[in-house]
Amino acid sequence: MKFKALKAAFPLTLPVLTGYLFLGIAYGLLMSNQGFSILWTILISSAVFAGALQFASITLLTSAFNPLAALLLALLVNIRHIFYGIALLGKYRNIGAKKNFMIFSLADEAFSINVAAQPHPEVDAGWYYFFVNLLCYSYWQLACFSGHLLGAWLPDNIIGLDFVLTALFFVLFLNQWKKRENRKNLLIGVFATALSLMFVPRTQFLLVAMILIVVLIFVFDPIRGESHEQ
Amino acid sequence: MNNSQMLISVSMLVLGTVFTRFLPFIAFPEHKPIPKVITYLGQRLPYATMGMLVVYALKDTKISESPYGLFELISLIVIAIVHHVKSNTLLSISAGVFVYLILVNGWI
Repeated sequence: MKFKALKAAFPLTLPVLTGYLFLGIAYGLLMSNQGFSILWTILISSAVFAGALQFASITLLTSAFNPLAALLLALLVNIRHIFYGIALLGKYRNIGAKKNFMIFSLADEAFSINVAAQPHPEVDAGWYYFFVNLLCYSYWQLACFSGHLLGAWLPDNIIGLDFVLTALFFVLFLNQWKKRENRKNLLIGVFATALSLMFVPRTQFLLVAMILIVVLIFVFDPIRGESHEQ
Repeated sequence: MNNSQMLISVSMLVLGTVFTRFLPFIAFPEHKPIPKVITYLGQRLPYATMGMLVVYALKDTKISESPYGLFELISLIVIAIVHHVKSNTLLSISAGVFVYLILVNGWI
């Protein structure tokens, strides 16, 4: 049962493997260039597991001690996870203890795959979601570790491989676009985030975008009498 | 920073991240019914959030200087066309990344 779920989950994680290898190796390399021991790279990658924050925190970890700034940085960069949780509340019900790991490792990529996934009825959905998370998590650990260890010997003349993650998000977006009833909310997300990106400083643009998204959903897709089943 | 200060700073990064990931699941535990307004949001947020994520992934694209985000735009159009024709996720991603790599690395 578990093996079947693993087999079903694996193909969609391949773009994540490519993107994570590229970004994770870059992160490990940066950490090693900043003079951090590999133990810090391992600890941060496995305990934080949030790409954007890990990159953003390098400057902070090389400056004067300021734990409050670290906490605020983590909250601001990762505030988008709150939406992931709300969107997955229904799907992640009744799947046992593995749910804790799935929430702990809920990054952009695992979220985007799982929220859109409709596993084959013969596949255990809970284990499918779990393996998507576990595979993505393992790829990131492998990449950060190798980047720190081997970074100096790796070729650095190919740029742009991280675009594979953008491409993954866009294709998952297109899959949702096929259903007419999803389009309004897909566009709300694009519009609110683009607008916020243009007018709000980088440190707060996600927070503003999220508030705008909630407002727009309530304005343009108001609650109707009957609710759809989840 | 010394090692214990580093450890505290990293703990703060973990705390902030874990908080954002666990908050919805702690606020709305399984044994309690989910408030109607959260269910309502939960049905719509998957789509709005995918839209958010696409823009978020493109946020570092510089559209005010050459090549004005054209590499990204062209690659996304290629993905959309290939996906419309073949509907194969991995194929569409590969095609888009292939075109993007050629463009940004100046391989032609």
